[in-house]
Amino acid sequence: MTTILDPTDERVPVNREPTRRPEHVTGTVGLLDISKPRGNVLLDRLEKQLAERLPNVELKRYIKPTFAKPAPDDLRRQIVEECGFVIEALAD
Amino acid sequence: MTVETTTLPAFTLAATDGVERSFPTGRHALLCFVHEECATCNMSMDLIEQAHRAFGEYIDVWAIGQDSPGNETLIERHGLTLPLLDDDALWTSFNYDLVTVPAIYLTNSAGEQLRHFVGFGREDWQTLYTELATIARVDEPKIDWDEYPESRPGCGSRSVEPGIAERLAAEAEGNPLRARRIEVGELDDVVEFMFDQGFTDGLPVVEPTPERVLRMLSGTKRDSQEVVATVPPNLAPATIEKIAINAVLAGCKPEYLPVVIAGVEAVCNDVFNAHGVMATTMGASPVMIVNGPIRDRIGMNSYMSVLGQGNRANASIGRALRLTLRNVGGARPGETERSTQGSPTKFTMSFPEWEERSPWEPMHVERGFDASESVVTVMALTGGPHVIIDSHSRSAHALAGSIGLAMGAVGHPKSPAGDTLLVLCPEHLDTLWRDGMTKQQLRDRIQEVTTRPLREILQDSESGAGIPPGRFGPDGPSESELDQLVPKFSSTDNIHVVVAGGDAGKFSAVFAGWASGPIGSIPVSRKIEEV
Repeated sequence: MTTILDPTDERVPVNREPTRRPEHVTGTVGLLDISKPRGNVLLDRLEKQLAERLPNVELKRYIKPTFAKPAPDDLRRQIVEECGFVIEALAD
Repeated sequence: MTVETTTLPAFTLAATDGVERSFPTGRHALLCFVHEECATCNMSMDLIEQAHRAFGEYIDVWAIGQDSPGNETLIERHGLTLPLLDDDALWTSFNYDLVTVPAIYLTNSAGEQLRHFVGFGREDWQTLYTELATIARVDEPKIDWDEYPESRPGCGSRSVEPGIAERLAAEAEGNPLRARRIEVGELDDVVEFMFDQGFTDGLPVVEPTPERVLRMLSGTKRDSQEVVATVPPNLAPATIEKIAINAVLAGCKPEYLPVVIAGVEAVCNDVFNAHGVMATTMGASPVMIVNGPIRDRIGMNSYMSVLGQGNRANASIGRALRLTLRNVGGARPGETERSTQGSPTKFTMSFPEWEERSPWEPMHVERGFDASESVVTVMALTGGPHVIIDSHSRSAHALAGSIGLAMGAVGHPKSPAGDTLLVLCPEHLDTLWRDGMTKQQLRDRIQEVTTRPLREILQDSESGAGIPPGRFGPDGPSESELDQLVPKFSSTDNIHVVVAGGDAGKFSAVFAGWASGPIGSIPVSRKIEEV
């Protein structure tokens, strides 16, 4: 953790803005299993329902090596390159 | 007669036995700050322990160790039975303003200091033991004082070690920092974060950590919360602290800060009109010229590559001013800053005059300051440095004429020019001065050469720039009007001349002005605080 002092007039909150949500889901949707137990079960169901509802959308599965650590850079890069959307599944 | 008493700071610390102890205790106390790595502390430990065993029933004898693992070592090494308090966080040492360990304090029951010494002094300890025995009303233990040296210096307290001292000062209550603290997560790259937040001019910036900003503030005596300017376009208050943060971002050293502050003060007013300067599509930017003794004191470069890269002070002072305008004032390209093309001077442009090389009065003296004062002058300039090449003129008349011809192109050969800055190189200066030309004579010659008959600067089919003929009526100007002479500069006062650059090379430079006078921007000089 690094602390820095705000060089601005502090009128704007420093929180990051989430990316604007698109109106329609197109292209490729990534389904990321973070390796929590039964996360795969949740994603299997989700994948089936999404495939029915969005037949023109490609679904791709990804898996993190461990839920206890952030996704490795290579995996993050791969998801960014291959997907327009990603759904991360938590389970237990 | 009154005796001043010093009440020592209260504290609560956990001892190595896990029990918290608070000072003052309601009894006399002997506080002994020590650090395991200090030889003098180790030499003193047996006396501290003996004091506890002899007087501990009546007096709280505590050792206060400055790092946790070292404290364990001290206990084992010296067979300690006294309470050893853990000041690994160093807050108590900081609050006691320790410089040296061991530091010994004897206090009364209210926490008032009765006796204090640092390092080791045999007589200090002997006197202390006598006093402890008197307070406790017990016999002094037998100590073989001959085993101890007469004196030994102590070691530096951990709380004043580089890096630690700044952190403690930055986090201490009453520190001068009030700016919002932003926690950047461990997974974030701080440099990337600052880019994402828009804190930079497109180049990387230095992280403004509390420690660095505090160090930067040591460059001025002014209060960190003093508001020195209202910064356009957002009309936000610029405190000394906010300027210091941006000076850190820009890469300044603390000793540059007074120049940056003076620069901010100089641009944030109606005379300089920073709002218009930053917003104009013409791409103006404040150029800072530094005069006076501070140039050498902070290592500015007025010699080779004076307008170029390579010198930290030249490069970072102008950048700090720009970043303050950007971050505090909100002057950002594409928002209120609307330059058509911009200019490299939008990143930074600050340089000193080489006063000693010139027989002429330096810029700040011309503008009413004493030569011994340090002064920053800001000018709103739109272009440059544009090189003026003349390796062949051998007389002042010819060279000044040559320079004038080049300056006639400032903005456009057919357009008038506002406040314009000529940076004269030493070789050109020598040619002028050999014939005894004064600075005013140079200005007059430039004005003479750049003055044109109206017929040459009218709008025409060859160039649409210039003066519209319709201004003189439906038939345009008369023959006599066509012969009228029109000066490029409304006054020679608009021609600003400073001397700077390497000794070799007949290459001077000109910076083009912006809209001058009350409708635009007027150069402003501001005295720089002496620290």
